[in-house]
Amino acid sequence: MHNSLKHNWRYTMTTSPESEHPIKAYGYAARDTSGSLSPLTFSRRATGEKDVRFKVLYCGICHSDLHLIKNDWGFTKYPVTPGHEIVGVVTEVGSKVEKFKIGEIVGVGYLVGSCRSCQNCVSDYEQYCPTYVSTSGFTYFDGTQTYGGYSDHMVSDEHFVLRWPENLPLDAGAPLLCAGITTYSPLRYYGLDKPGMKVGVVGLGGLGHVAVKMAKAFGAEVTVFSTSTAKKQEAIEGLKADHFINSKDEQQMQAARGTLDGFIDTVSAIHPISPLLSTLTTNGKLILLGIPEKPLELSAASLVLGRKTVAGSNVGGIKETQEMLDFAAEHGITADVEVIPIDYVNTAMERLLKSDVKYRFVIDVANSLKAE
Amino acid sequence: MGSSPETEHPVKALGYAARDSSGVLSPINFSRRETGDEDVRFKVLYCGVCHSDLHSVKNDWLNAKYPMIPGHEIVGVVTEVGSKVKKVKVGDKVGVGCMVGSCRSCDQCDADQEQYCSNLVQTYNSHADVTYGGYSDHMVCNEHFIISWPENLPLDGGAPLLCAGITVYSPMRYYGLDKPGMHVGVVGLGGLGHVGVMFLKAFGVKVTVISTNPNKKEEAVGKLGADSFLVSRDQQQMQAAVGTMDGIIDTVSADHPLTPLISLLKPNGKLVLVGAPTKPHELPAFPLLFGRKLVGGSLIGGIKETQEMIDFAAKHKITAAIELIPIDYINTAMERLQKSDVRYRFVIDVANTLKST
Repeated sequence: MHNSLKHNWRYTMTTSPESEHPIKAYGYAARDTSGSLSPLTFSRRATGEKDVRFKVLYCGICHSDLHLIKNDWGFTKYPVTPGHEIVGVVTEVGSKVEKFKIGEIVGVGYLVGSCRSCQNCVSDYEQYCPTYVSTSGFTYFDGTQTYGGYSDHMVSDEHFVLRWPENLPLDAGAPLLCAGITTYSPLRYYGLDKPGMKVGVVGLGGLGHVAVKMAKAFGAEVTVFSTSTAKKQEAIEGLKADHFINSKDEQQMQAARGTLDGFIDTVSAIHPISPLLSTLTTNGKLILLGIPEKPLELSAASLVLGRKTVAGSNVGGIKETQEMLDFAAEHGITADVEVIPIDYVNTAMERLLKSDVKYRFVIDVANSLKAE
Repeated sequence: MGSSPETEHPVKALGYAARDSSGVLSPINFSRRETGDEDVRFKVLYCGVCHSDLHSVKNDWLNAKYPMIPGHEIVGVVTEVGSKVKKVKVGDKVGVGCMVGSCRSCDQCDADQEQYCSNLVQTYNSHADVTYGGYSDHMVCNEHFIISWPENLPLDGGAPLLCAGITVYSPMRYYGLDKPGMHVGVVGLGGLGHVGVMFLKAFGVKVTVISTNPNKKEEAVGKLGADSFLVSRDQQQMQAAVGTMDGIIDTVSADHPLTPLISLLKPNGKLVLVGAPTKPHELPAFPLLFGRKLVGGSLIGGIKETQEMIDFAAKHKITAAIELIPIDYINTAMERLQKSDVRYRFVIDVANTLKST
């Protein structure tokens, strides 16, 4: 397992979530691998000089939250409060905070800490820092566990707080903090953001539907691939994709051979990638964003013949997350969301497991999470 | 069906061919076209023996057409040029690599990447046109696909660069693994790998050779100039090298795991595959996502960059480490190549040993 996940097992056993910090907090947490979420009283640190404290308004539910609460990746420490697509309003700032003031709307995504000095941090790629700290379920620099956005308020180092653009809806914009940056970053890094490029997207879920919108905003010609023809209308009319291909149809797949500059693969189940690689033109790039549990099968010839690449990407750095939010505000990009009260969260998780959501649940935290 | 290799063209030629998938090569009389307006005709002096020749004669890739005359690392001297030829003249030394034709008008050809043209004509065993390679007395080739041979580049030691050289040079440039100070690994110390080490050193790159065979360390570090050597089956050595490389050039064509190689890469690192094992690899998604790493492929190189590579090799005095053989040794050479028993390329001394019978 990647080092940055393994290093977070320094769990303190002498204090409880409720007593380890001075400020009371409450949220929803999973207590065991059933993943069932229920109210939890815990605590957060006092506002340090560089910290921003904010009341949580909305929090998106990412599929990774589901993996985390069920301990699918084997590193979860219970109780765990998920949530890393968080939008809120600032209630307090530390004495050295320069970028934010009380009353401002802010966002926090997947990252709340990094070493700030390695090559990756210095290059604004904090997500590739070997000691990055994620918003939920990771060990922070003070040795305590991080609790995410399914909670009443949060406190975060200023560096990792995003300024919320004026005209970006709070609820429908929250998922951009993970799904948005996760698709925006590789489109830029791998050069698939030039107008006229032909980009494929497979997997029409939280990531996939935002990928279509981002790619369209960059001026790409977008083809959605799906095993389900029922998604065609959604893809074309709802998301404004240019084309739709049924990946089970041999003829359609044959016609698509060698046509795409890039392919965004958001599928997290095991699936064959050779058919996806065959749709790429010479120098084409297959970008993996989903994390299947087992390795995929790769034939070397499918890369050698055509100088193709298969690559991965994970969220994005803070600077580019801000850039992405501003881009989304400018282009009117939001996620398609179903807003829910927090006590619906377990049902939401069950539905998410069956991909029964168009396309992200967002918890209306401020209006539905009450202290007990 | 009325013509045979011997009669299909007007000019007599002599070579060695495989007749079936045993891969055994023996003399053949065949024929080549006359020198067209844009053609260059040359006497073959030397021809390298590439591992692909072995795969091809044995029909490993299931596309063999027999009789097959292999050889795509060919150096010779010009004997005749067509009326429109400008690049070379009679008496010049020239090279021909893996390609002798392409459509010359698609996006790939326009970008000087003829090897990705869907109508590529390979130097031997091409699917559309029948072509015969460099295990032969002479060749005729369109000017565009002729490489001018630099004065000071040895003909015999330089011949393997026409395939092995360009195959490693091209991806080093394309994937940006040619910057001074970078750290790049080379997996497999054979025909491709040993040339790869030399090119990387010439780029100012720090090189680690990764091999299953600890006996190659002395060669790698002592002779080829690699900075360090990793035995891939040694867990401790591999663990110590985790996250240290900007890129890796993987030349191995036997089945082998990619996951340990991916772990050697720094974030944003690149694993480049130039060998093509027959069985699929296992590709773990996790390290690609959490380190933004990539796995990419590459196939030889375009003509323009092959010329660039040859000129670069001449300037930096890079030649392959070769064992020069007479053409009648070729079958033994193939058997030894199968067992990787060569340091590191056989080169056939064609002009001095291929005689008409």
